Amino acid sequence: MSDVIKLKKGLDIRLKGKADTVYGQAASPELYAIKPTDFFGLKPKMQVKEGDKIEAGSTLFTDKNLTDVRFVSPVSGIVEAIRRGERRAILEVVVRASEKPAPVEIEKLDTAKASREQVIDKLLQTGAWTYFRQRPYNVIANPTLNHKAIFISTFDTAPLAPDYDHVIRGNEEDFQAGVDVLAKIAPVYIGTHGNNSSKAFIGARNATVTAFEGAHPAGCVGVQINHTNPINAGETVLTIQPQEVVAIGKIFAQGKLDFSRVVVLAGPEVRKPLYFRTTLGAQVSTIVAGNAKTADEGARLISGNVLTGKQIAADGFLGYYDSQLTAITEGNKSEFFGWITPGCNKFSASRTFFTWLQGKKEYTLDTNTHGEQRAIVVSGEMEKVFPMDIYPEHLIKAILDRDIDKMIELGIYEVVEEDMALCDFVNTSKLPIQKILRNGLALMMEEVG
Amino acid sequence: MKPNFEKGGKYQKFQATFEAFESFLFAPATTNQSGVHIRDGVDLKRVISMVIIALIPAMLFGIWNTGYQHYQALGLEQSFFCNFIYGLKIFVPMAIVSYVVGLTIEFATAQIRGEQVNEGFLATGLLIPLIMPADVPLWMVAIATAFSVIFVKEVFGGTGMNIWNPALVARAFLFFAYPSKMSGDSVWYGVDQAVDGFTGATALSLAGSNIDVATAKYDFMTAFMGYMPGSIGETSALCILIGGLFLLLTGVASWKVMCSVFVGGALTAFLFNQFGPDTNIAHLPWYLHLVYGGFCFGAVFMATDPVTSCRTETGKYIFGLLVGFVAIVVRVLNPGYPEGMMLAILFMNTVAPLIDYFVVDSNISRRKKRALKVAKKD
Repeated sequence: MSDVIKLKKGLDIRLKGKADTVYGQAASPELYAIKPTDFFGLKPKMQVKEGDKIEAGSTLFTDKNLTDVRFVSPVSGIVEAIRRGERRAILEVVVRASEKPAPVEIEKLDTAKASREQVIDKLLQTGAWTYFRQRPYNVIANPTLNHKAIFISTFDTAPLAPDYDHVIRGNEEDFQAGVDVLAKIAPVYIGTHGNNSSKAFIGARNATVTAFEGAHPAGCVGVQINHTNPINAGETVLTIQPQEVVAIGKIFAQGKLDFSRVVVLAGPEVRKPLYFRTTLGAQVSTIVAGNAKTADEGARLISGNVLTGKQIAADGFLGYYDSQLTAITEGNKSEFFGWITPGCNKFSASRTFFTWLQGKKEYTLDTNTHGEQRAIVVSGEMEKVFPMDIYPEHLIKAILDRDIDKMIELGIYEVVEEDMALCDFVNTSKLPIQKILRNGLALMMEEVG
Repeated sequence: MKPNFEKGGKYQKFQATFEAFESFLFAPATTNQSGVHIRDGVDLKRVISMVIIALIPAMLFGIWNTGYQHYQALGLEQSFFCNFIYGLKIFVPMAIVSYVVGLTIEFATAQIRGEQVNEGFLATGLLIPLIMPADVPLWMVAIATAFSVIFVKEVFGGTGMNIWNPALVARAFLFFAYPSKMSGDSVWYGVDQAVDGFTGATALSLAGSNIDVATAKYDFMTAFMGYMPGSIGETSALCILIGGLFLLLTGVASWKVMCSVFVGGALTAFLFNQFGPDTNIAHLPWYLHLVYGGFCFGAVFMATDPVTSCRTETGKYIFGLLVGFVAIVVRVLNPGYPEGMMLAILFMNTVAPLIDYFVVDSNISRRKKRALKVAKKD
């Protein structure tokens, strides 16, 4: 076991509504959707039409740029709808299941004997290649590139995030099988939460295991990359989450195409925060109905966590990479003299509210912005929650200037939105840091590639 | 009422003004639409409010001390109440002038730019009268405020974009434009004719001419408590430090800047004490340097302005140390300007971006080296 990397910078937002490590029961929904909007910069090429009959594992659409990359249906059934938004961009490809979701038997592949090309081909065939995201930019991985390494963070420090030790229980062997598969593609790096995580993570073979301690964003894979094997200009690395590693392990070791996922439902507006077993892209209504407050009752439902997730409707679908559903209070109420009250119920990383004297109290944070957008005045606040060797404020300013050389020099290659989400949360000026960063990354993709 | 002020409404021109007042009364009901779904409770209004609260002890003492010094010059002993009332008569009109002039310009520029009014001036407006001598005429306060808000802040883009601290520039403007009203021995009391035998010099200018008299008249405790002439808010180190402690506890001011200013000043003064030239002021004990003049006020409220000081954490130490260093050097080596703090901070405001540049550049070259190392290995 290697030394523990202790991260001093960061912030744990003490949000109410943490889930017990217990599974709740929810009926499996009828509708499932893969959302092209979950993949940044993806141009989908549809392979099905509305009304087509499809099997679980058959292709729904491919990537126009990386034509080998297929996005497959998690269930058997009929293509219910292809929903489009502005300029006819495809938002959701919805499938109505004709039967309960179940693993599909496919041909096994012996990892030990398979070549790198065979492994990649198998992943592309089964649609599992889309479980990877490629950095820089956090996009669909290019199967033809030689990636420097593959990183797995086995813990999530975001508010109310799922506990992967619990999620992975019972699938430890498949996780290892998955790691063995990944090791065929590139060297694997695993980040664990201290030395007390699941044995499957700490004792993983065929990988470099590094232990991390500290507040959020210690669990963000980008932070772990920065501390173990940082990305240099021109390099690419892949990242993948533990549940997806298990799914890959099952494909190779058991010959099963398994789209089942564990998701945690948590947050201050959830009556009973619990874990649920569900399926990739599932409609969330069967989990949420009756258990979390609705929009009419003044709540917001998020697929993902409160820092990086996307707002969805009560009949919306689970995001492709999400293992969490969060319900929080909408804060669309104004507050009389809100800026000068002692604010004993307001959570703040700054010490301008008396809450910092109240110890480890948990808070009900709502969606209010708590102020208006301003010029950058306060300094040092983003640096306190950003444990990477990068100057966040200068990077953001370089992006606002659209100064590509400066962005590269300051390390834009190393970050994606989730790494800087806390900067978004804490900054006094209420600047949309994640949005600015995404614009910067988009500019980079366009100009540099 | 609100629709009248929105785009297309009757009073559309005054949208910024309306919004400023509305958000002053009510924290807005806007919700997060992109990125994070929850946000920290703090906003710029809150931060600026903390600065204003921190200024209150120094302000109250300054008001009392203005009256106290005035009646001392007249050779009268007055009650606490009388001193305070006299001080109020001096201070309140100044504060009103500075706020009215400054906010009018702020609102007008926000209106012209179609932006929202930033809260920055709420602190500046209070800082300006606190660093003025009691005697300065109100029209000068108005001119200085207008000059600094327009030429130091708004032309650079408003709050957050300025290079120099606007309050200090207001003082520097008067210092160079109307020197007779800003320094010397008679501007601190609001009296035409002092009683016989009364010397009106501040502790610092006294130390420049006769150090023994200075250290006898204004010993450490007197100076620390602030019973001495000077700009309205700058005399009491105690009250300033109470405000400073509040700023550090709330995390609004950077302890790195604040502490390094004191360290830099104390070290430099100590070195002058040991090896300095044979002048009076060079041998003013280092601890008195810290409580005389505007050193304390500058260190706590001016150098720590996040916009005009260094923005990198390493830079903050360098910035603070150099502010303290330059302030003492100016005091000791240039008898023409006994008050070096203002010039030191303004000078360091100018240099701060350069310091940051080198700090950030070291990060950049570290990243480049890392990439080169990998390239070599391959």
